[in-house]
Amino acid sequence: MRFSQISVLFKRELSSYFATPIAYVFIVIFLFLSGIFTFYLGNFFALGQADLSTFFTFHPWLYLFLIPALTMRLWAEERKSGSIELLLTLPVTIGEAVVSKFLAAWAFTAIALFLTFPMWITVNYLGEPDNAVIAAGYLGSLLMAGAFLAIGSSISALTKNQVIAFVITVVVCLVFILSGFPMVLDFFSWAPQIIVETISSFSFLTHFYSIIKGVIDLRDIIYFLSLIVFWLFCTAILIEMKKAD
Amino acid sequence: MVNIKNLYKEFGSLMAVDDISFQVNQGEVLGFLGPNGAGKSTTMKMITGFLTPTSGSVSIDGDDIVNDPIKVKQRLGYLPEGAPAYPDMTTMAFLDFIAQIRGFKGRDKSRRIDDTIQRINLDKVVYQSIDTLSKGFKRRVGLAQAILHDPDVLILDEPTDGLDPNQKHEVRNLIQNMAKEKVIILSTHILEEVHAVCNRAIIIANGKIVADGTPTELEAKSDNHNSITISVRAAADQASELRKSLLAVSGVYKLEALSAADSGLLTYQVFPEANRSIIAEISQHIHQQNWEVEEMFVNKGRLDDVFRTITTGV
Ligand SMILES: Nc1ncnc2c1ncn2[C@@H]1O[C@H](COP(=O)(O)OP(=O)(O)OP(=O)(O)O)[C@@H](O)[C@H]1O
Ligand SMILES: [Mg+2]
Repeated sequence: MRFSQISVLFKRELSSYFATPIAYVFIVIFLFLSGIFTFYLGNFFALGQADLSTFFTFHPWLYLFLIPALTMRLWAEERKSGSIELLLTLPVTIGEAVVSKFLAAWAFTAIALFLTFPMWITVNYLGEPDNAVIAAGYLGSLLMAGAFLAIGSSISALTKNQVIAFVITVVVCLVFILSGFPMVLDFFSWAPQIIVETISSFSFLTHFYSIIKGVIDLRDIIYFLSLIVFWLFCTAILIEMKKAD
Repeated sequence: MVNIKNLYKEFGSLMAVDDISFQVNQGEVLGFLGPNGAGKSTTMKMITGFLTPTSGSVSIDGDDIVNDPIKVKQRLGYLPEGAPAYPDMTTMAFLDFIAQIRGFKGRDKSRRIDDTIQRINLDKVVYQSIDTLSKGFKRRVGLAQAILHDPDVLILDEPTDGLDPNQKHEVRNLIQNMAKEKVIILSTHILEEVHAVCNRAIIIANGKIVADGTPTELEAKSDNHNSITISVRAAADQASELRKSLLAVSGVYKLEALSAADSGLLTYQVFPEANRSIIAEISQHIHQQNWEVEEMFVNKGRLDDVFRTITTGV
């Protein structure tokens, strides 16, 4: 992995989001939905708490639909238009290309997340929240977004069709969310504790909710980072296998 | 030097490239010819490292594309079939990206980009986004991208497809001007182009090389090569007599009547026996017979004929 190549590819990718309406549509919808979820569904004001926990609680569901929309084009479009042939005959490795695209998508999500700062200002205006917990929430949200993006990147490498990429990504991400859902875990209540714990340990929710409580456990961070590495690795393998089709 | 050894590529049960080997040296402009689906693009994709060969090897000055891809790709310029690019970028942004990924910085980078824009005549579309460019301009942007870093080896898949006649001419000049210090491999369906720019041609059919030589050598394989077209002023009823007399000339293999006689002209194409030239014999014969000849010329043999004969197996 050469930093020089990654940085050139990263810049091209990131600016490509802003060359089309994708960036603006995504950001507006993201901000709008996180507002709706927090204030309307989450009863932000009625709870009377000066924190952002309601805001973060909805992030997995927000990402479930928004991130696949972001990642569906990542590789599918390159393959469909044939530009993958140009990209991979330039002096870059598949690994460098995969990492750059991922990082650009991640950076873009970080920008969208950053733009929710008025929320943070609002709670600080209304009360005296624990800003460390809020910072942990942002960190957790960003890590979880990374995991969603890495899954999306793999699935986008699998097909030339962006709609298919979107649908499959949603389904796979849903599995990763639901495996920590109380309802699903109750369903396994007959099983030994160890199995229930294993299932829930694979869930985004379990790890994410523990981070946004302000408990930064290294294991949660490692969980998300290793998911990212694993799925990016899959992406590289899939590209190598499927680039010619 | 580009060295291609026993290259195979299998797609499922289809052998798209079936044991292709050749070498190309600096200064050579090699034209790839062959019918649709012959395996030209597939071969190029393996040379440039996009596809991994099922077996066989490609190397540039001893560096193998599979073992040492980055080193080889740095020395390669490639225009893929259809000239793909990033449609949402402007020509300038795209070339800037290519220059950066090729490792150019600062002054050197801008100089390269400007230089390439001049050479490919892209001035008019520098700030236009690529998806709004016409087909020919898209192709030219692809070409610009391929030559920007002045590569030692240039692989061009149908470089003049979609260009207007002026641009075709320009691009051919460009290729010829670069030829001396490079290895250039291009594919084309335009046979006259092979004459114009290539000093070597390879014809591929069904994944195999079926002919390899200079354009002139290939033309010599044509049945028409060294045949003589002759028009004699004579009445129609003299035809059979004339025919008999021509066939009797030494070295003549066969004769084909080309036009109806009502113009008062009898036109024939006279074919020599293999590898013979019969112009001297024919002229002498005409002289002896005292025929009134309107027109006579030696056919050189056309690449089209050779192409058709070889690739259809007729
Ligand atoms: N990814 C692929 N999967 C399956 N078959 C393929 C693939 N790519 C090419 N082929 C097949 O391999 C054969 C050779 O194709 P190729 O594109 O190399 O032909 P070509 O000589 O470039 O033809 P053209 O003159 O039309 O450009 C064709 O039969 C084609 O259908
Ligand atoms: Mg082709």
